[in-house]
Amino acid sequence: MKAFSYERVPSVTDAAIAASKPGVKIIAGGTNLLDLMKLQVETPSTLVDINRLPLDKIEETSEGGLRVGALVRNSDLAADVRVRQHYGVLSRALLAGASAQLRNKATTAGNLLQRTRCYYFYDVTKPCNKRVPGSGCSALAGFNRIHAILGGSEACIATHPSDMAVAMRALDAKVETIDHEGRTRTIPIADFHRLPGHTPDIESDLASGEIVTAVTLPPPLPGVQVYRKVRDRASYAFALVSVAAIVDSVGGRIRSARLAFGGLAPRPWRIAAAEKGLTNAAADARAFGAAADAVLEGARGYGSNDFKIPLTRRTLHAVLGEISRT
Amino acid sequence: MSQATLPQTYPAKHGTDMEDTYAIFPTVEVTRRTVIETGTTALLLSSLPRGALAAGTGQVDPVPTSIALRINGHLHNLTLDPRTTLLDALREHLALTGSKKGCDHGQCGACTVLVEGRRINSCLTLAVMHDGQSITTVEGLAFGEDLHPMQAALVEHDGFQCGYCTSGQICSAVGMLAESREGAPSYVTADLTQSATELSDDEIRERMSGNICRCAAYPNIVAAIRQAMGEQT
Repeated sequence: MKAFSYERVPSVTDAAIAASKPGVKIIAGGTNLLDLMKLQVETPSTLVDINRLPLDKIEETSEGGLRVGALVRNSDLAADVRVRQHYGVLSRALLAGASAQLRNKATTAGNLLQRTRCYYFYDVTKPCNKRVPGSGCSALAGFNRIHAILGGSEACIATHPSDMAVAMRALDAKVETIDHEGRTRTIPIADFHRLPGHTPDIESDLASGEIVTAVTLPPPLPGVQVYRKVRDRASYAFALVSVAAIVDSVGGRIRSARLAFGGLAPRPWRIAAAEKGLTNAAADARAFGAAADAVLEGARGYGSNDFKIPLTRRTLHAVLGEISRT
Repeated sequence: MSQATLPQTYPAKHGTDMEDTYAIFPTVEVTRRTVIETGTTALLLSSLPRGALAAGTGQVDPVPTSIALRINGHLHNLTLDPRTTLLDALREHLALTGSKKGCDHGQCGACTVLVEGRRINSCLTLAVMHDGQSITTVEGLAFGEDLHPMQAALVEHDGFQCGYCTSGQICSAVGMLAESREGAPSYVTADLTQSATELSDDEIRERMSGNICRCAAYPNIVAAIRQAMGEQT
């Protein structure tokens, strides 16, 4: 690990001011950042510890939703009675991620901002446009079993590893931020993570000196909520494909559907056309297949990850079938 | 913590039995013990202030940071390179070697300790981040010569072979049962709106998935936890 200076700041604004300076990294849970610092993928000259700032509350909003502080731990968010009651897809997605020890440490904002687990991003001896812009992408013609089939570019096909963010995408959560001049803004989660294009090193919409303060959830949605995660072992593994579904149906007919996917793309993947096609449709294999077609439009494999295309289709069928039978 | 368990390399002790101060940072002597235990020597060297070695490279010089940790009920004042993980602080600076370094990347769980009663991977957190907090390691679970019920259950059920993951398994299981008593759900909990009353074997396995046992003693670990769970309720 490269040497750094360690600081704590007295306020959220001070944290944003610190974040505007070069070489500074904010540390909260640290479960991803310290991992990357040990490998010298991340080499901050200053670490600013925000763990003692008052951003650890889950509060009800005036609209009837929930406001989740940036420092709320993943385990606390998953176990919150209101989340379990009204946002089951989020609780289940959080519990599908990492291990209990990591969830006790990892935070809401840190989970959103975690980096990809692409092997080549982690290996400092290999080219990677995300780590060293312009150096090339080793995954395109390399080992790409865990990589994206949607949303990637010739510069990068890394996936976003979060489960939590996939559920938040299905819920249309909003990310609240503050910058070093005290200005606040709200970013729809759909716009929070960027696609790689020519700049895979830029992963979020956050500007320099802008930090996440909270994530807000809308009022509870009607329907059944499911998070299905397909992975190489039954627990404690990243998603190959995951589906967050919120489906309202009655008598074999779907009234509304929200579907977000993990493991497929550089950000949680959601396609409006797939959901529109399911609205007022009979809950049958034909409708499920059409939805899968819409989600997978433009999908391409790079060799080792070709299996994700049929796996996505089958997982979506299984999830929609399960929901329509309940 | 008795003085007899202190490593010879960190002798500067001041204060009372309950408040130990170690001057660790500036001098690290290579003793017979560390030469014999070459792995330990490598670890000690890796925790040296590397900024000083890399003078002139534009690298930041680490500023030693003073913190206080309450470990197994005893207050320890430490001055550390801020890069020191909680695990390295425990093992290399306080000679509490019960917590094990397996992968050092949060993937195996061998380093699991309880911070303010909650289980975490001590390898993926910096000691300075825990200034003023209470930490329980496997050394702090037993009451004198009486093993903690979880320790006794692991022994009784032969819940290990090589034993390297065992202290992490024990700390994790103690933390896991506390979470379960507070009603925390898991990924395999069928109904998230209900609090788990008694944990099935599937629940125990899912909740313990952050602790890897490469000897695959899992069936016996699950049996031990099931027994300890019954004794606590």
